[in-house]
Amino acid sequence: MAHIDPSAGRPATTTIYEQVQATAEFQDLRRRLRRFVFPMSAAFLLWYLLYVLLASYAPAFMATKLAGNITVGLVIGLLQFVSTFAITAVYVRYANRHLDPRAERLRELIEGGDG
Amino acid sequence: MDHLAQGSAPASVGNPLLNIGIFAVFVVVTLVVVFRASRTTKTASDYYAAGRSFTGAQNGIAISGDYLSAASFLGIAGAIAVTGYDGFLYSIGFLVAWLVALLLVAELLRNTGKYTMGDVLSFRMRQRPVRAAAATSTLVVSFFYLLAQMAGAGALIALLLKIPNTNVLGQGAVIAVVGILMIIYVLVGGMRGTTWVQIIKAALLLTGAAAMTLWVLALFGFSLSAILGQAVVANPVLESGGQTKELGEKLLGPGLQYGATATAKIDFISLSLALVLGTAGLPHILMRFYTVPSAKEARRSVVWAIWIIGIFYLFTLVLGYGAAALVPGGATTIANAPGKTNSAAPLLAYVLGGEVLLGFISAVAFATILAVVAGLTITASASFAHDVYANVIKHGEASPDSEVRVARITAVVIGVIAIAAGIFARNQNIAFLVALAFAVAASANLPTILYTLFWKRFNTTGALWSIYGGLASCVLLIIFSPAVSGSPTAMLRDVDFHVFPLANPGLVSIPLSFLLGVIGTYVGGRQPVDEAKFAEMEVRALTGAGSEKAVMQ
Repeated sequence: MAHIDPSAGRPATTTIYEQVQATAEFQDLRRRLRRFVFPMSAAFLLWYLLYVLLASYAPAFMATKLAGNITVGLVIGLLQFVSTFAITAVYVRYANRHLDPRAERLRELIEGGDG
Repeated sequence: MDHLAQGSAPASVGNPLLNIGIFAVFVVVTLVVVFRASRTTKTASDYYAAGRSFTGAQNGIAISGDYLSAASFLGIAGAIAVTGYDGFLYSIGFLVAWLVALLLVAELLRNTGKYTMGDVLSFRMRQRPVRAAAATSTLVVSFFYLLAQMAGAGALIALLLKIPNTNVLGQGAVIAVVGILMIIYVLVGGMRGTTWVQIIKAALLLTGAAAMTLWVLALFGFSLSAILGQAVVANPVLESGGQTKELGEKLLGPGLQYGATATAKIDFISLSLALVLGTAGLPHILMRFYTVPSAKEARRSVVWAIWIIGIFYLFTLVLGYGAAALVPGGATTIANAPGKTNSAAPLLAYVLGGEVLLGFISAVAFATILAVVAGLTITASASFAHDVYANVIKHGEASPDSEVRVARITAVVIGVIAIAAGIFARNQNIAFLVALAFAVAASANLPTILYTLFWKRFNTTGALWSIYGGLASCVLLIIFSPAVSGSPTAMLRDVDFHVFPLANPGLVSIPLSFLLGVIGTYVGGRQPVDEAKFAEMEVRALTGAGSEKAVMQ
């Protein structure tokens, strides 16, 4: 648990938010959030871009039939659905485990201090 | 419409009285719900954010209701029926876009803002200029989106009520009825009533689409491959507008719509960029996150929305190819019907379940337009009242009551504009207009939202350059694009002043807006970073401390 003590070497004019922002707990929460959402966003955007480029510049490949009338393009398109659902599920699990408990502790710290 | 004169054009199908009857039942039920909701709509928080009292699941269903507009339902099914695989590409962009909202925007925005997108964008900036900019782009995006929905109403009226496009008075009267109903929903029910309308509509839409999908699958022994095979066999060519296009096997791969030329391919990439980055910048979607009590519920909303929207787009894949396979005359019939490609789903409903199913699907389609227009109107009116009136004009000194009064007056004005625009835009392409709204949202709003939340040095100058630069470049590129003049499918066919080769501006305007945000920030770099304000925003965004709470009842 972080300790907020305005008199401990900081000017008394700093706000509670600045004090919390400076705590190791908050820095840890921010790092955990960014470490997940930035690489994941880059990954799904690149995967989507790959799909768009394949559809534009490799139509013959995308129209290749795999089984019956099911084409490569249809399968990759459906995989975009699968990856979207999967990333959603993984993020919810990560947020529940690693983000929510930390955010909750900090919120109580701030709002408890308010009154 | 020029296609109506052709011999192959079918007459309208179904029974207009039955269509109206089922729609009337929807209207009565939703009006009762809206009037019940109005009893608890008293404060500004009630009117704008439904007292923040909806659960994540309820809000997720309502978001799906907002998002699955007429363009999604009728437009994508129709695009798949006529252009095969290329129609499917639309739905993938629309779905993947939700990950941007889930990972980068929804929760942080819920914790930081109060009622509007402007709340977040102006949080640590100079209030008046940034709020004015946010309100401007909110109004422009909402207007394009509104235009698309009202254009959809015209197409539906032609098909379902047997009022031809040439009958301006008849169609205008029906559009006016839709507009007046929408104004009543918004005025009486506020955000709470509008949200319930979205939930009811989403449930009806999903039920109808699921039933039709199962029906089509059952006819083909639950084999997607068999549906595709029949669509290929039934549609060797597409005859539309006096031209013949080869379909057949081409329906199964990309290229029919966007693969013809090098320019068309780049145009498609431009469109894809706008679709995937636009959703998280749509003001009427962002505003929905304020109707839940916490960031965790905002997250749950997006998760529900992603599952519902994803499953719905899988339905449209079956419905689109199913319409090409089962409607007599296939893609040619659909492309030449009144309402053109938008008529694929209604025509399929008629083939499957006759007048009754058609009546149900048409009522759902009307309900969709009504609900989405209501959602757009409440967003636009909230932005004008909260950002422009209360903060820019009254310097934040307006009473909440006067703010809500201004919002209600604005809603009526927007409703009247929507009716007029709807009559004017009857023959425009719905999917295209929605794509433009996405392009403006991705260009004007998303860069500033992301910079504000994640980049400490970002400042007022950067925000203004990014919003106005993205907005202006996007709108100018649209005006000078082949979509407005100089092509056979342009809005204005008699003149040609196009200088930009692409119909979709996103490829240029979105990176430009991101760049302008950076340049503006460095140009205005002498403004010192407000450390306290940034700390407050960052801590609030990540922890939920000090965020707007649910109203207890």
